[in-house]
Amino acid sequence: MSVKKLSPPELERWVQSLIHRHRVFGPQAKSNRFVYELLMAAADLRLDHDVTILPPRKFLLPPCEALSHFTRAGDFQPVFDGRPMVLFGVHPYDVAAIAQMDKYFGQDNPDAHYLERRKSTTLVACDVQNPSANVFAASMGTATVKEGFDLLLTRIGGVYLADSRTPAGDALLAEAGDLRDADALDLARRDQLWLDAGKLLGRRALNCRLDQLPALLEKSYEHPVWREKSKMCYSCGSCVMVCPSCFCFDVQDEVNWDTQGGTRSRRWDSCMLADFARVAGGHNFRKHRAERYRHRFYRKGKYLSDRCGFVACVGCGRCATACTTHIADPVDLYNRLLENNDG
Amino acid sequence: MADVSKVKDLYLPRPASVVSREMMTSTETLFDVRLDSGQELDHWPGQFVEVTVPGFGEAPISVSSSPDRKGGFHLVVRKTGRVTAAMHDCPEGTTLGIRGPFGTHFPVDGAMRGRDVVFIAGGIGLAPLRSAIQYVLEHRKDYGRVSILYGTRMPSERLFVDELTHWTRRDDVELLETVDRSDGQWKGTVGVITTLIPKVKIDPAKTLVVACGPPVMYKFVILSLYDVGLSDESIYVSLERRMKCGVGKCGHCQINGLYACTDGPVFKYADILHVQEAI
Repeated sequence: MSVKKLSPPELERWVQSLIHRHRVFGPQAKSNRFVYELLMAAADLRLDHDVTILPPRKFLLPPCEALSHFTRAGDFQPVFDGRPMVLFGVHPYDVAAIAQMDKYFGQDNPDAHYLERRKSTTLVACDVQNPSANVFAASMGTATVKEGFDLLLTRIGGVYLADSRTPAGDALLAEAGDLRDADALDLARRDQLWLDAGKLLGRRALNCRLDQLPALLEKSYEHPVWREKSKMCYSCGSCVMVCPSCFCFDVQDEVNWDTQGGTRSRRWDSCMLADFARVAGGHNFRKHRAERYRHRFYRKGKYLSDRCGFVACVGCGRCATACTTHIADPVDLYNRLLENNDG
Repeated sequence: MADVSKVKDLYLPRPASVVSREMMTSTETLFDVRLDSGQELDHWPGQFVEVTVPGFGEAPISVSSSPDRKGGFHLVVRKTGRVTAAMHDCPEGTTLGIRGPFGTHFPVDGAMRGRDVVFIAGGIGLAPLRSAIQYVLEHRKDYGRVSILYGTRMPSERLFVDELTHWTRRDDVELLETVDRSDGQWKGTVGVITTLIPKVKIDPAKTLVVACGPPVMYKFVILSLYDVGLSDESIYVSLERRMKCGVGKCGHCQINGLYACTDGPVFKYADILHVQEAI
């Protein structure tokens, strides 16, 4: 399908009709910040949002998700949630993070629960209009995104360009009725916007290339910065909760009130929490804050890179915003590791 | 991405039943468990399963019996957390859930074959090692000299007491035991497990060591093994972590870049020599 053009009223009418037919989640204002929530009215959609408090990960790997129901007698029945949903207005860095989750949960022991949700999801991306204070997406190669979505919206002057890349995107856009095609000038302006996105989302930047991070970490295991920064760590796990590229979880059984059965659920967990690496009997393999703080950066910057081929950070800056003691910011951390480092 | 309809649910346990149970010590119980489907577990020595006690959750437990044992498998469960305490309350006939077997195994089918084998077990470390010991004794001619070194804190903590006696009586296997503290009745060696190592005839060129015990044991055991000339290539260890999912997804059992559940729990020492979080 060719790239289409929507005026603001056309966009609003389209979104309004989507809301009637689909479960549409999109960025909305909440106090002076933004959250992804179920859209009840097109007017609530804020495609001009800078960043949402939680990433859209919460729809694909929910904070608490039933895996199975069981009876006291030990009969387990799996639970899957394949209800179709539309994630609308997802920024490029979050699209990139979803692509990472797709890889993580899709390869080496594919996770059926994740995949079931994912296959029922239509992803409508949206280029960033207003950068957040802590974003550094340009450094992570996620200021713009070329794949991993069904439909991409880009605001050019007063109109939106809608670029569908999949049959699901086509189907969604078809619900807008007849639309004008974008012309050569529109596409040229979009190209320029993509070029400028590097500047817009690169005001804060790493002093090295993304592909140099694993090697930088490789030689930084004993760096004093881990202990220094983690002295201020509350082990609260906020940096993990808001991260689009943190996927660790815990699994717990909950018994129903009638005690005859219950639900096995997985919940978000965090390697920054004190008990994460504790084993039965009480031994804790990452007892000190500095060990946990370092582990998180290593898992993201090196271990997952070695294993899955991506650095599990997309530069959204949410961790830096969420951290009450200002130690979670990857830009500060990595640039500090780069100081006096001739490698 | 993988085709969802063909993807098996990684987290769904298979129903299994407690065939019998036997108290081994004040904190350890041996369970004989059988899959309700009638299938064999089909594990290798050193692998573990995730055991569900419905309503209490899951715990990773090593399989203690040889894969040659048909009609069920053994699990030694130490009462130490919520799930294992609940398991201790499970009478015969209780339905449990089993996922797995998971992880790497002792190289009974590889590096151990044709070599002298020294098993070093500390405390409950005998539970996973027993699977390999039984297997090696069942296929005795495939291996050279076989020695078992077993250390516990106190005589009352010894596991598989009858089997220990049986191994002592066999002339094709050497069993050496020690306890950290005697109870007055104990007539054997007293001291840490490393005191047993010089007592075994070890030809470094053809010996393979398989060790399982608490983290603190490894440091000292490995130094003693160096003293008798063993190399990092000839030592295998099993590492304990909190494996929650068993399939490399949940992140709990990570040892630096390795997952205890899929890259381990059995590792060749040479492969984890520079893995700082290993021990």
